[in-house]
Amino acid sequence: MATARAIRDAFAESLVELGKVNKKVVVLDADLAHCSRTSWFAKEYPERFFNAGIAEQNMVGMAAGLATTGLIPFAHTFGFLFSSRALDQVRTSICYPKLNVKLAGGYSGLSNPPDGATHHSICDLAIMRSLPNMTVISVSGDTQTEQAVTAAAEHQGPVYLRLARTECPLSCKKQDFKIGRAVEHCSYGDDVAIIATGLALANAIKAAELLLDNGIQAEVMEIHTLKPIDSQAILDLSARTKAVVTVEEHSIIGGLGGAVAELLSEGPCVPLERVGIRDTFTESGTTYEALIEKYGLAPSDIIEAVERVLKRR
Amino acid sequence: MASYSAEIIQRIQKKAQELRKDIISMIARAGSGHPGGSLSAIDIIACLYYQHMQIRPQEPGWDHRDRFVLSKGHCCPALYSVLADLGYFPRHELKHLRKVGSKLQGHPDMHKTPGVDMTTGSLGQGLSVGLGMALGATVQARKFGVYVMLGCGEINEGQVWEAAMAAAHFKADNLTAILDYNGLQIDGTNDEVMSLGDVAGKWKAFGWNVLEIDGHNIPAILSALEAAGNTSGRPSILIAKTIKGKGVSFMEDRFDWHGQRITEEQESLALRELQQEV
Repeated sequence: MATARAIRDAFAESLVELGKVNKKVVVLDADLAHCSRTSWFAKEYPERFFNAGIAEQNMVGMAAGLATTGLIPFAHTFGFLFSSRALDQVRTSICYPKLNVKLAGGYSGLSNPPDGATHHSICDLAIMRSLPNMTVISVSGDTQTEQAVTAAAEHQGPVYLRLARTECPLSCKKQDFKIGRAVEHCSYGDDVAIIATGLALANAIKAAELLLDNGIQAEVMEIHTLKPIDSQAILDLSARTKAVVTVEEHSIIGGLGGAVAELLSEGPCVPLERVGIRDTFTESGTTYEALIEKYGLAPSDIIEAVERVLKRR
Repeated sequence: MASYSAEIIQRIQKKAQELRKDIISMIARAGSGHPGGSLSAIDIIACLYYQHMQIRPQEPGWDHRDRFVLSKGHCCPALYSVLADLGYFPRHELKHLRKVGSKLQGHPDMHKTPGVDMTTGSLGQGLSVGLGMALGATVQARKFGVYVMLGCGEINEGQVWEAAMAAAHFKADNLTAILDYNGLQIDGTNDEVMSLGDVAGKWKAFGWNVLEIDGHNIPAILSALEAAGNTSGRPSILIAKTIKGKGVSFMEDRFDWHGQRITEEQESLALRELQQEV
Protein backbone atom coordinates (compact mmCIF):
# COMPACT_ATOMS: atom_id res chain seq x y z
CA MET A 1 0.00 0.00 0.00
CA ALA A 2 1.33 3.39 -0.94
CA THR A 3 1.58 6.10 1.68
CA ALA A 4 -1.75 7.83 1.99
CA ARG A 5 -1.70 11.21 0.37
CA ALA A 6 -4.17 13.99 0.82
CA ILE A 7 -6.63 14.05 -2.02
CA ARG A 8 -5.65 17.60 -2.90
CA ASP A 9 -2.04 16.49 -3.36
CA ALA A 10 -3.11 13.64 -5.59
CA PHE A 11 -5.28 16.07 -7.54
CA ALA A 12 -2.46 18.55 -8.04
CA GLU A 13 0.06 15.90 -9.03
CA SER A 14 -2.37 14.47 -11.57
CA LEU A 15 -2.90 17.89 -13.09
CA VAL A 16 0.83 18.36 -13.53
CA GLU A 17 1.08 14.95 -15.20
CA LEU A 18 -1.91 15.68 -17.37
CA GLY A 19 -0.50 19.06 -18.34
CA LYS A 20 2.63 17.34 -19.57
CA VAL A 21 0.84 15.03 -21.98
CA ASN A 22 -2.10 17.21 -22.92
CA LYS A 23 -1.27 20.75 -23.93
CA LYS A 24 -4.93 21.62 -24.09
CA VAL A 25 -5.27 21.39 -20.34
CA VAL A 26 -5.41 24.79 -18.64
CA VAL A 27 -6.01 25.42 -14.95
CA LEU A 28 -7.81 28.19 -13.11
CA ASP A 29 -8.05 28.90 -9.45
CA ALA A 30 -9.67 31.60 -7.35
CA ASP A 31 -6.90 32.65 -4.99
CA LEU A 32 -6.69 29.14 -3.57
CA ALA A 33 -3.82 27.83 -5.63
CA HIS A 34 -1.79 27.11 -2.54
CA CYS A 35 -4.64 25.31 -0.77
CA SER A 36 -5.49 23.22 -3.80
CA ARG A 37 -1.87 22.86 -4.90
CA THR A 38 -2.81 24.03 -8.39
CA SER A 39 0.23 26.23 -7.76
CA TRP A 40 2.24 23.14 -8.76
CA PHE A 41 0.66 23.27 -12.20
CA ALA A 42 1.19 27.04 -12.30
CA LYS A 43 4.88 26.54 -11.62
CA GLU A 44 5.29 24.02 -14.44
CA TYR A 45 3.02 25.70 -16.97
CA PRO A 46 2.63 29.37 -16.06
CA GLU A 47 1.23 30.22 -19.49
CA ARG A 48 -1.59 27.75 -18.96
CA PHE A 49 -2.57 28.84 -15.47
CA PHE A 50 -4.94 31.67 -14.57
CA ASN A 51 -5.51 32.92 -11.08
CA ALA A 52 -8.87 34.63 -11.25
CA GLY A 53 -8.63 36.13 -7.80
CA ILE A 54 -11.47 35.92 -5.31
CA ALA A 55 -14.08 36.07 -8.05
CA GLU A 56 -15.56 32.65 -8.63
CA GLN A 57 -18.34 33.75 -10.95
CA ASN A 58 -15.87 35.33 -13.31
CA MET A 59 -13.57 32.33 -13.06
CA VAL A 60 -16.37 29.98 -14.13
CA GLY A 61 -17.16 32.27 -17.07
CA MET A 62 -13.49 32.42 -18.06
CA ALA A 63 -13.33 28.63 -17.95
CA ALA A 64 -16.36 28.47 -20.24
CA GLY A 65 -14.75 30.89 -22.70
CA LEU A 66 -11.47 28.96 -22.68
CA ALA A 67 -13.41 25.76 -23.39
CA THR A 68 -15.08 27.29 -26.45
CA THR A 69 -11.63 27.62 -28.01
CA GLY A 70 -10.94 23.89 -27.66
CA LEU A 71 -8.99 23.96 -24.41
CA ILE A 72 -9.79 21.72 -21.42
CA PRO A 73 -10.07 23.95 -18.36
CA PHE A 74 -9.86 22.56 -14.84
CA ALA A 75 -11.11 25.20 -12.43
CA HIS A 76 -10.74 24.89 -8.69
CA THR A 77 -12.38 26.55 -5.75
CA PHE A 78 -14.16 25.33 -2.64
CA GLY A 79 -17.06 23.03 -3.45
CA PHE A 80 -19.69 25.27 -1.92
CA LEU A 81 -18.54 28.21 -4.02
CA PHE A 82 -19.13 26.39 -7.30
CA SER A 83 -22.45 25.05 -6.13
CA SER A 84 -23.72 28.21 -4.49
CA ARG A 85 -22.00 31.46 -5.37
CA ALA A 86 -21.18 30.61 -8.97
CA LEU A 87 -24.15 28.33 -9.54
CA ASP A 88 -25.85 30.40 -12.22
CA GLN A 89 -22.56 30.64 -14.09
CA VAL A 90 -22.13 26.88 -13.83
CA ARG A 91 -25.69 26.39 -15.03
CA THR A 92 -25.88 28.95 -17.83
CA SER A 93 -22.32 29.24 -19.09
CA ILE A 94 -21.18 25.63 -18.65
CA CYS A 95 -23.96 23.07 -18.30
CA TYR A 96 -26.49 24.50 -20.73
CA PRO A 97 -23.93 24.93 -23.54
CA LYS A 98 -22.34 21.62 -22.47
CA LEU A 99 -18.87 23.11 -22.41
CA ASN A 100 -15.88 20.97 -21.67
CA VAL A 101 -15.07 22.41 -18.26
CA LYS A 102 -13.98 20.42 -15.21
CA LEU A 103 -14.90 21.97 -11.88
CA ALA A 104 -12.84 20.68 -8.99
CA GLY A 105 -14.64 21.43 -5.74
CA GLY A 106 -12.08 21.36 -2.99
CA TYR A 107 -12.38 20.96 0.78
CA SER A 108 -15.74 19.31 0.35
CA GLY A 109 -17.93 17.77 2.99
CA LEU A 110 -16.51 18.42 6.43
CA SER A 111 -12.91 18.12 5.28
CA ASN A 112 -12.08 21.65 6.39
CA PRO A 113 -13.28 21.15 9.97
CA PRO A 114 -12.29 24.29 11.88
CA ASP A 115 -13.67 26.78 9.35
CA GLY A 116 -17.23 25.82 10.16
CA ALA A 117 -20.54 25.90 8.36
CA THR A 118 -19.67 28.65 5.86
CA HIS A 119 -16.86 26.50 4.49
CA HIS A 120 -18.36 23.04 4.72
CA SER A 121 -19.76 21.83 1.39
CA ILE A 122 -22.68 19.64 2.29
CA CYS A 123 -25.16 20.50 -0.46
CA ASP A 124 -22.87 20.49 -3.50
CA LEU A 125 -23.71 17.00 -4.72
CA ALA A 126 -27.44 17.68 -4.58
CA ILE A 127 -27.11 20.93 -6.47
CA MET A 128 -24.69 19.69 -9.10
CA ARG A 129 -26.65 16.51 -9.63
CA SER A 130 -29.74 18.51 -10.53
CA LEU A 131 -28.05 20.29 -13.44
CA PRO A 132 -28.66 18.75 -16.87
CA ASN A 133 -25.48 17.75 -18.74
CA MET A 134 -23.41 17.65 -15.56
CA THR A 135 -21.34 14.62 -14.60
CA VAL A 136 -20.79 14.41 -10.85
CA ILE A 137 -17.88 12.50 -9.35
CA SER A 138 -17.02 12.21 -5.67
CA VAL A 139 -13.68 10.59 -4.94
CA SER A 140 -12.71 8.46 -1.98
CA GLY A 141 -8.98 8.19 -2.21
CA ASP A 142 -5.77 9.46 -3.70
CA THR A 143 -5.35 6.80 -6.36
CA GLN A 144 -8.93 7.24 -7.40
CA THR A 145 -8.41 10.99 -7.60
CA GLU A 146 -5.68 10.44 -10.19
CA GLN A 147 -7.96 8.16 -12.16
CA ALA A 148 -10.83 10.59 -11.90
CA VAL A 149 -8.76 13.52 -13.13
CA THR A 150 -7.66 11.49 -16.15
CA ALA A 151 -11.19 10.27 -16.80
CA ALA A 152 -12.62 13.77 -16.45
CA ALA A 153 -10.13 15.10 -18.99
CA GLU A 154 -11.07 12.35 -21.43
CA HIS A 155 -14.78 12.86 -20.91
CA GLN A 156 -16.32 15.41 -23.28
CA GLY A 157 -18.53 17.77 -21.29
CA PRO A 158 -18.94 19.36 -17.89
CA VAL A 159 -17.70 17.49 -14.82
CA TYR A 160 -17.95 18.34 -11.15
CA LEU A 161 -15.18 16.59 -9.28
CA ARG A 162 -15.70 16.59 -5.54
CA LEU A 163 -12.39 16.66 -3.72
CA ALA A 164 -11.41 16.83 -0.09
CA ARG A 165 -8.67 18.28 1.99
CA THR A 166 -8.18 15.51 4.47
CA GLU A 167 -5.62 12.81 4.14
CA CYS A 168 -7.65 9.97 2.91
CA PRO A 169 -7.52 6.68 4.72
CA LEU A 170 -8.01 4.82 1.48
CA SER A 171 -4.83 4.75 -0.46
CA CYS A 172 -6.08 1.39 -1.46
CA LYS A 173 -5.26 -0.87 -4.31
CA LYS A 174 -5.94 0.50 -7.71
CA GLN A 175 -9.40 -0.49 -8.83
CA ASP A 176 -10.70 0.00 -12.30
CA PHE A 177 -12.24 3.41 -12.63
CA LYS A 178 -14.89 4.18 -15.14
CA ILE A 179 -17.21 7.17 -14.98
CA GLY A 180 -20.67 5.90 -14.07
CA ARG A 181 -19.53 2.48 -12.90
CA ALA A 182 -20.02 1.36 -9.29
CA VAL A 183 -17.11 -0.26 -7.46
CA GLU A 184 -17.51 -3.31 -5.26
CA HIS A 185 -15.44 -3.14 -2.08
CA CYS A 186 -16.31 -5.85 0.42
CA SER A 187 -18.66 -8.67 -0.34
CA TYR A 188 -19.09 -10.36 2.98
CA GLY A 189 -22.60 -11.41 2.14
CA ASP A 190 -26.10 -10.45 1.14
CA ASP A 191 -27.52 -9.32 4.48
CA VAL A 192 -27.38 -5.63 3.74
CA ALA A 193 -26.02 -3.23 1.13
CA ILE A 194 -23.93 -0.32 2.32
CA ILE A 195 -23.58 2.15 -0.51
CA ALA A 196 -21.09 4.92 0.06
CA THR A 197 -19.39 7.77 -1.75
CA GLY A 198 -16.32 9.91 -1.14
CA LEU A 199 -14.38 9.89 2.07
CA ALA A 200 -17.32 8.27 3.87
CA LEU A 201 -16.45 5.04 2.08
CA ALA A 202 -13.68 4.37 4.61
CA ASN A 203 -16.11 4.32 7.52
CA ALA A 204 -18.56 2.26 5.51
CA ILE A 205 -15.87 -0.39 5.06
CA LYS A 206 -14.97 -0.23 8.75
CA ALA A 207 -18.62 -0.65 9.68
CA ALA A 208 -18.94 -3.66 7.39
CA GLU A 209 -15.94 -5.25 9.09
CA LEU A 210 -17.36 -4.59 12.56
CA LEU A 211 -20.75 -5.93 11.52
CA LEU A 212 -19.16 -9.31 10.90
CA ASP A 213 -18.75 -9.59 14.68
CA ASN A 214 -22.51 -9.16 14.99
CA GLY A 215 -23.04 -11.87 12.45
CA ILE A 216 -24.16 -9.45 9.75
CA GLN A 217 -22.58 -9.88 6.37
CA ALA A 218 -22.69 -6.73 4.33
CA GLU A 219 -21.69 -5.79 0.85
CA VAL A 220 -20.10 -2.37 0.43
CA MET A 221 -20.54 -0.67 -2.90
CA GLU A 222 -18.91 2.60 -3.82
CA ILE A 223 -20.69 5.07 -6.03
CA HIS A 224 -18.02 7.54 -7.10
CA THR A 225 -20.13 8.82 -9.96
CA LEU A 226 -23.38 10.23 -8.65
CA LYS A 227 -24.39 11.17 -12.14
CA PRO A 228 -24.76 9.30 -14.37
CA ILE A 229 -25.36 6.86 -11.52
CA ASP A 230 -24.90 3.12 -11.95
CA SER A 231 -28.60 2.35 -11.61
CA GLN A 232 -28.30 -1.25 -12.61
CA ALA A 233 -25.65 -2.09 -10.04
CA ILE A 234 -27.63 -0.38 -7.28
CA LEU A 235 -30.91 -2.03 -8.24
CA ASP A 236 -29.31 -5.47 -8.53
CA LEU A 237 -27.62 -5.16 -5.17
CA SER A 238 -30.80 -3.84 -3.54
CA ALA A 239 -32.82 -6.72 -4.94
CA ARG A 240 -30.26 -9.15 -3.59
CA THR A 241 -29.85 -7.70 -0.09
CA LYS A 242 -33.36 -6.29 0.38
CA ALA A 243 -31.95 -3.65 2.74
CA VAL A 244 -29.88 -0.60 1.85
CA VAL A 245 -27.92 1.97 3.82
CA THR A 246 -26.32 4.95 2.07
CA VAL A 247 -23.37 6.79 3.56
CA GLU A 248 -22.07 10.19 2.51
CA GLU A 249 -20.39 13.25 3.90
CA HIS A 250 -23.20 15.39 2.57
CA SER A 251 -26.78 16.29 3.37
CA ILE A 252 -29.15 13.35 3.32
CA ILE A 253 -31.16 15.43 0.87
CA GLY A 254 -30.33 15.13 -2.80
CA GLY A 255 -26.92 13.51 -2.64
CA LEU A 256 -26.18 9.79 -2.73
CA GLY A 257 -29.01 8.99 -0.34
CA GLY A 258 -31.37 11.07 -2.41
CA ALA A 259 -30.22 9.47 -5.64
CA VAL A 260 -30.63 5.95 -4.27
CA ALA A 261 -34.06 6.83 -2.84
CA GLU A 262 -35.10 8.07 -6.29
CA LEU A 263 -33.95 4.83 -7.85
CA LEU A 264 -35.61 2.61 -5.26
CA SER A 265 -38.86 4.54 -5.59
CA GLU A 266 -39.07 3.18 -9.11
CA GLY A 267 -37.51 -0.18 -8.36
CA PRO A 268 -37.78 -2.97 -5.80
CA CYS A 269 -39.59 -2.21 -2.57
CA VAL A 270 -36.57 -2.19 -0.26
CA PRO A 271 -36.09 -0.25 2.98
CA LEU A 272 -33.43 2.43 2.90
CA GLU A 273 -31.61 4.31 5.66
CA ARG A 274 -29.58 7.36 4.79
CA VAL A 275 -26.48 8.17 6.81
CA GLY A 276 -25.41 11.75 6.22
CA ILE A 277 -25.80 15.24 7.57
CA ARG A 278 -29.39 15.55 8.69
CA ASP A 279 -30.49 18.81 7.07
CA THR A 280 -28.58 21.07 9.38
CA PHE A 281 -25.78 23.58 9.13
CA THR A 282 -22.66 22.17 10.66
CA GLU A 283 -20.23 23.76 13.10
CA SER A 284 -16.51 24.15 13.56
CA GLY A 285 -14.46 21.36 15.02
CA THR A 286 -10.82 20.95 15.87
CA THR A 287 -10.55 17.64 14.12
CA TYR A 288 -12.24 15.93 11.23
CA GLU A 289 -13.02 12.94 13.41
CA ALA A 290 -14.82 15.13 15.94
CA LEU A 291 -17.19 16.38 13.27
CA ILE A 292 -17.70 12.94 11.79
CA GLU A 293 -18.79 11.81 15.21
CA LYS A 294 -20.95 14.84 15.93
CA TYR A 295 -22.84 14.56 12.64
CA GLY A 296 -23.39 10.84 12.82
CA LEU A 297 -21.01 9.54 10.16
CA ALA A 298 -18.89 7.27 12.34
CA PRO A 299 -18.79 3.47 11.86
CA SER A 300 -21.04 3.10 14.92
CA ASP A 301 -23.67 5.31 13.26
CA ILE A 302 -23.53 3.21 10.13
CA ILE A 303 -23.91 0.07 12.20
CA GLU A 304 -26.98 1.54 13.90
CA ALA A 305 -28.45 2.43 10.53
CA VAL A 306 -27.87 -1.15 9.39
CA GLU A 307 -29.65 -2.46 12.47
CA ARG A 308 -32.57 -0.10 11.82
CA VAL A 309 -32.87 -1.03 8.19
CA LEU A 310 -32.76 -4.75 8.97
CA LYS A 311 -35.64 -4.34 11.39
CA ARG A 312 -37.66 -2.71 8.64
CA ARG A 313 -37.00 -5.46 6.15
CA MET B 1 -6.75 54.80 -39.41
CA ALA B 2 -8.55 53.50 -42.43
CA SER B 3 -11.23 55.75 -43.72
CA TYR B 4 -14.39 54.10 -44.76
CA SER B 5 -15.80 54.91 -48.14
CA ALA B 6 -19.24 56.43 -48.42
CA GLU B 7 -20.24 53.24 -50.17
CA ILE B 8 -19.30 51.03 -47.23
CA ILE B 9 -21.03 53.32 -44.78
CA GLN B 10 -24.19 53.54 -46.83
CA ARG B 11 -24.25 49.81 -47.33
CA ILE B 12 -24.17 49.19 -43.57
CA GLN B 13 -26.71 51.92 -42.88
CA LYS B 14 -29.07 50.47 -45.44
CA LYS B 15 -28.49 46.96 -44.17
CA ALA B 16 -29.18 47.97 -40.56
CA GLN B 17 -32.42 49.54 -41.61
CA GLU B 18 -33.49 46.36 -43.41
CA LEU B 19 -32.50 44.30 -40.39
CA ARG B 20 -34.67 46.51 -38.18
CA LYS B 21 -37.65 45.38 -40.24
CA ASP B 22 -36.68 41.74 -39.69
CA ILE B 23 -36.37 42.38 -35.96
CA ILE B 24 -39.85 43.92 -35.77
CA SER B 25 -41.51 41.18 -37.82
CA MET B 26 -39.69 38.41 -35.99
CA ILE B 27 -40.76 39.65 -32.57
CA ALA B 28 -44.30 40.42 -33.75
CA ARG B 29 -44.68 36.89 -35.07
CA ALA B 30 -43.14 35.35 -31.93
CA GLY B 31 -45.68 37.14 -29.77
CA SER B 32 -42.98 38.20 -27.31
CA GLY B 33 -39.41 39.43 -27.27
CA HIS B 34 -37.25 42.46 -26.75
CA PRO B 35 -37.53 45.06 -29.49
CA GLY B 36 -36.11 48.09 -27.65
CA GLY B 37 -32.61 46.79 -27.02
CA SER B 38 -32.48 44.90 -30.31
CA LEU B 39 -33.06 48.15 -32.18
CA SER B 40 -30.51 50.05 -30.11
CA ALA B 41 -27.86 47.39 -30.75
CA ILE B 42 -28.35 46.64 -34.42
CA ASP B 43 -26.13 49.35 -35.93
CA ILE B 44 -23.20 48.14 -33.85
CA ILE B 45 -23.84 44.46 -34.60
CA ALA B 46 -24.12 45.30 -38.31
CA CYS B 47 -20.75 47.10 -38.22
CA LEU B 48 -19.17 44.06 -36.60
CA TYR B 49 -20.59 41.46 -38.97
CA TYR B 50 -20.65 43.34 -42.27
CA GLN B 51 -17.31 45.04 -41.95
CA HIS B 52 -15.13 44.56 -38.94
CA MET B 53 -15.06 40.91 -37.89
CA GLN B 54 -13.22 38.13 -39.71
CA ILE B 55 -15.88 35.47 -40.21
CA ARG B 56 -16.85 32.69 -42.57
CA PRO B 57 -20.63 32.28 -42.67
CA GLN B 58 -20.21 29.00 -44.56
CA GLU B 59 -17.90 27.72 -41.84
CA PRO B 60 -19.40 28.90 -38.53
CA GLY B 61 -16.91 26.91 -36.44
CA TRP B 62 -13.81 28.25 -38.23
CA ASP B 63 -11.11 28.21 -35.54
CA HIS B 64 -9.66 31.56 -36.42
CA ARG B 65 -12.90 33.53 -36.67
CA ASP B 66 -13.45 36.58 -34.54
CA ARG B 67 -15.96 35.88 -31.78
CA PHE B 68 -19.04 37.82 -30.78
CA VAL B 69 -20.70 37.31 -27.43
CA LEU B 70 -24.09 38.92 -27.03
CA SER B 71 -24.00 39.16 -23.27
CA LYS B 72 -27.32 40.99 -23.33
CA GLY B 73 -28.76 37.83 -24.81
CA HIS B 74 -32.36 38.99 -24.82
CA CYS B 75 -31.52 41.17 -27.80
CA CYS B 76 -30.84 38.11 -29.93
CA PRO B 77 -33.38 39.11 -32.60
CA ALA B 78 -30.77 41.65 -33.72
CA LEU B 79 -28.12 38.94 -33.95
CA TYR B 80 -30.47 36.43 -35.58
CA SER B 81 -31.43 38.94 -38.26
CA VAL B 82 -27.76 39.39 -39.15
CA LEU B 83 -26.91 35.70 -39.08
CA ALA B 84 -29.87 34.85 -41.30
CA ASP B 85 -28.96 37.59 -43.75
CA LEU B 86 -25.38 36.31 -43.92
CA GLY B 87 -26.58 32.78 -44.60
CA TYR B 88 -25.68 31.05 -41.35
CA PHE B 89 -29.18 29.57 -41.54
CA PRO B 90 -32.14 30.05 -43.86
CA ARG B 91 -34.13 33.25 -43.49
CA HIS B 92 -37.39 31.38 -43.00
CA GLU B 93 -36.12 30.28 -39.57
CA LEU B 94 -36.78 33.82 -38.40
CA LYS B 95 -40.45 32.99 -38.51
CA HIS B 96 -39.98 30.38 -35.80
CA LEU B 97 -38.36 32.55 -33.15
CA ARG B 98 -39.33 31.39 -29.65
CA LYS B 99 -41.41 28.50 -31.01
CA VAL B 100 -41.11 24.87 -29.93
CA GLY B 101 -38.49 23.04 -31.95
CA SER B 102 -36.98 26.24 -33.35
CA LYS B 103 -33.30 26.91 -33.98
CA LEU B 104 -33.97 30.35 -32.60
CA GLN B 105 -34.41 30.30 -28.86
CA GLY B 106 -35.64 33.21 -26.77
CA HIS B 107 -32.03 33.69 -25.73
CA PRO B 108 -29.00 32.63 -27.80
CA ASP B 109 -28.04 28.96 -27.82
CA MET B 110 -24.67 28.21 -29.43
CA HIS B 111 -25.66 24.65 -30.26
CA LYS B 112 -29.06 25.33 -31.74
CA THR B 113 -28.19 28.39 -33.81
CA PRO B 114 -25.33 28.29 -36.32
CA GLY B 115 -23.17 31.38 -35.93
CA VAL B 116 -23.90 31.99 -32.26
CA ASP B 117 -20.52 31.87 -30.54
CA MET B 118 -21.79 31.64 -26.98
CA THR B 119 -24.93 30.75 -25.13
CA THR B 120 -26.13 33.70 -23.08
CA GLY B 121 -29.27 34.98 -21.47
CA SER B 122 -28.70 35.21 -17.77
CA LEU B 123 -27.21 38.68 -17.59
CA GLY B 124 -23.70 39.55 -16.54
CA GLN B 125 -21.87 36.48 -17.78
CA GLY B 126 -20.69 37.32 -21.28
CA LEU B 127 -17.68 39.45 -20.46
CA SER B 128 -16.13 36.68 -18.37
CA VAL B 129 -16.69 34.23 -21.21
CA GLY B 130 -15.27 36.70 -23.72
CA LEU B 131 -12.20 37.06 -21.54
CA GLY B 132 -11.81 33.29 -21.47
CA MET B 133 -12.05 33.20 -25.26
CA ALA B 134 -9.46 35.96 -25.55
CA LEU B 135 -7.08 34.10 -23.22
CA GLY B 136 -7.76 30.93 -25.19
CA ALA B 137 -6.56 32.75 -28.30
CA THR B 138 -3.40 33.87 -26.55
CA VAL B 139 -2.61 30.43 -25.10
CA GLN B 140 -2.93 28.88 -28.55
CA ALA B 141 -1.22 31.73 -30.40
CA ARG B 142 -4.28 32.50 -32.46
CA LYS B 143 -5.02 35.97 -33.70
CA PHE B 144 -8.75 36.24 -33.38
CA GLY B 145 -10.46 39.09 -31.58
CA VAL B 146 -13.36 38.81 -29.17
CA TYR B 147 -16.24 41.28 -29.04
CA VAL B 148 -18.70 41.31 -26.16
CA MET B 149 -21.83 43.42 -26.18
CA LEU B 150 -23.16 44.47 -22.79
CA GLY B 151 -26.39 46.20 -21.93
CA CYS B 152 -26.31 49.24 -19.67
CA GLY B 153 -28.74 47.69 -17.19
CA GLU B 154 -26.63 44.56 -17.35
CA ILE B 155 -23.65 46.28 -15.80
CA ASN B 156 -25.61 46.36 -12.53
CA GLU B 157 -24.37 42.77 -12.28
CA GLY B 158 -21.30 42.38 -10.07
CA GLN B 159 -19.78 39.72 -12.29
CA VAL B 160 -19.27 42.30 -15.03
CA TRP B 161 -16.90 44.17 -12.74
CA GLU B 162 -15.10 41.00 -11.73
CA ALA B 163 -14.50 40.44 -15.42
CA ALA B 164 -13.53 44.07 -15.95
CA MET B 165 -10.87 43.77 -13.26
CA ALA B 166 -9.61 40.44 -14.60
CA ALA B 167 -9.45 41.51 -18.26
CA ALA B 168 -7.21 44.44 -17.34
CA HIS B 169 -5.15 42.20 -15.05
CA PHE B 170 -4.57 39.74 -17.89
CA LYS B 171 -3.89 42.58 -20.35
CA ALA B 172 -6.44 41.12 -22.73
CA ASP B 173 -5.99 43.52 -25.63
CA ASN B 174 -7.71 41.08 -27.97
CA LEU B 175 -10.94 41.70 -26.05
CA THR B 176 -13.30 44.54 -26.90
CA ALA B 177 -16.45 45.22 -24.94
CA ILE B 178 -19.24 47.32 -26.38
CA LEU B 179 -21.72 48.91 -24.02
CA ASP B 180 -25.10 49.49 -25.62
CA TYR B 181 -25.78 52.54 -23.49
CA ASN B 182 -29.41 53.33 -24.18
CA GLY B 183 -29.99 54.50 -20.63
CA LEU B 184 -33.04 52.33 -20.01
CA GLN B 185 -33.70 49.03 -18.31
CA ILE B 186 -36.85 47.08 -17.53
CA ASP B 187 -38.10 49.13 -14.61
CA GLY B 188 -37.13 52.57 -15.88
CA THR B 189 -34.09 54.70 -16.59
CA ASN B 190 -30.72 53.58 -15.28
CA ASP B 191 -30.80 56.48 -12.85
CA GLU B 192 -34.17 55.49 -11.48
CA VAL B 193 -33.30 51.84 -11.10
CA MET B 194 -29.58 51.85 -10.29
CA SER B 195 -27.45 54.88 -11.02
CA LEU B 196 -24.47 54.01 -13.17
CA GLY B 197 -22.63 57.21 -12.31
CA ASP B 198 -19.53 57.99 -14.34
CA VAL B 199 -19.56 54.96 -16.59
CA ALA B 200 -16.52 55.94 -18.65
CA GLY B 201 -14.61 56.88 -15.52
CA LYS B 202 -15.36 53.51 -13.96
CA TRP B 203 -14.03 51.54 -16.91
CA LYS B 204 -10.98 53.79 -17.08
CA ALA B 205 -10.38 53.22 -13.38
CA PHE B 206 -10.51 49.48 -14.02
CA GLY B 207 -7.69 49.92 -16.53
CA TRP B 208 -9.58 49.79 -19.80
CA ASN B 209 -9.08 51.82 -22.95
CA VAL B 210 -12.37 53.70 -23.20
CA LEU B 211 -13.85 55.02 -26.43
CA GLU B 212 -17.06 57.01 -26.23
CA ILE B 213 -19.12 57.08 -29.38
CA ASP B 214 -22.56 57.54 -30.87
CA GLY B 215 -23.76 53.97 -31.26
CA HIS B 216 -25.84 54.81 -34.32
CA ASN B 217 -23.06 56.58 -36.21
CA ILE B 218 -21.63 53.95 -38.55
CA PRO B 219 -18.27 55.60 -39.30
CA ALA B 220 -17.80 56.35 -35.60
CA ILE B 221 -18.48 52.73 -34.67
CA LEU B 222 -16.12 51.41 -37.35
CA SER B 223 -13.34 53.78 -36.37
CA ALA B 224 -13.70 52.95 -32.69
CA LEU B 225 -13.61 49.21 -33.40
CA GLU B 226 -10.45 49.71 -35.35
CA ALA B 227 -8.89 51.86 -32.65
CA ALA B 228 -9.77 49.19 -30.09
CA GLY B 229 -8.07 46.57 -32.25
CA ASN B 230 -4.92 48.67 -32.40
CA THR B 231 -4.66 49.07 -28.66
CA SER B 232 -2.10 46.93 -26.92
CA GLY B 233 -1.64 45.89 -23.33
CA ARG B 234 -5.22 46.47 -22.19
CA PRO B 235 -8.78 45.69 -23.19
CA SER B 236 -10.99 48.30 -24.83
CA ILE B 237 -14.59 49.25 -24.35
CA LEU B 238 -16.77 51.23 -26.70
CA ILE B 239 -19.28 53.14 -24.64
CA ALA B 240 -21.87 53.54 -27.35
CA LYS B 241 -24.63 56.03 -26.62
CA THR B 242 -27.73 54.62 -28.21
CA ILE B 243 -31.47 55.10 -28.32
CA LYS B 244 -33.65 52.24 -27.16
CA GLY B 245 -36.11 51.36 -29.91
CA LYS B 246 -34.07 53.38 -32.44
CA GLY B 247 -35.79 53.72 -35.81
CA VAL B 248 -39.38 53.23 -34.70
CA SER B 249 -40.77 56.50 -33.40
CA PHE B 250 -43.26 55.08 -30.96
CA MET B 251 -40.65 52.79 -29.42
CA GLU B 252 -37.79 55.25 -29.16
CA ASP B 253 -36.51 56.00 -25.70
CA ARG B 254 -39.40 54.18 -24.04
CA PHE B 255 -38.49 51.67 -21.34
CA ASP B 256 -41.80 49.86 -21.73
CA TRP B 257 -40.55 48.69 -25.13
CA HIS B 258 -37.79 46.71 -23.42
CA GLY B 259 -39.81 43.57 -23.66
CA GLN B 260 -43.25 43.78 -25.12
CA ARG B 261 -45.47 42.09 -27.62
CA ILE B 262 -45.80 43.88 -30.95
CA THR B 263 -49.35 43.88 -32.30
CA GLU B 264 -50.07 43.50 -36.00
CA GLU B 265 -51.05 47.12 -36.19
CA GLN B 266 -47.88 48.26 -34.46
CA GLU B 267 -45.86 46.02 -36.73
CA SER B 268 -47.24 47.57 -39.90
CA LEU B 269 -46.83 51.05 -38.49
CA ALA B 270 -43.21 50.29 -37.60
CA LEU B 271 -42.47 48.67 -40.95
CA ARG B 272 -43.96 51.65 -42.78
CA GLU B 273 -41.70 54.02 -40.88
CA LEU B 274 -38.66 51.89 -41.50
CA GLN B 275 -39.53 51.53 -45.18
CA GLN B 276 -39.62 55.28 -45.59
CA GLU B 277 -36.23 55.65 -44.00
CA VAL B 278 -34.68 53.01 -46.24
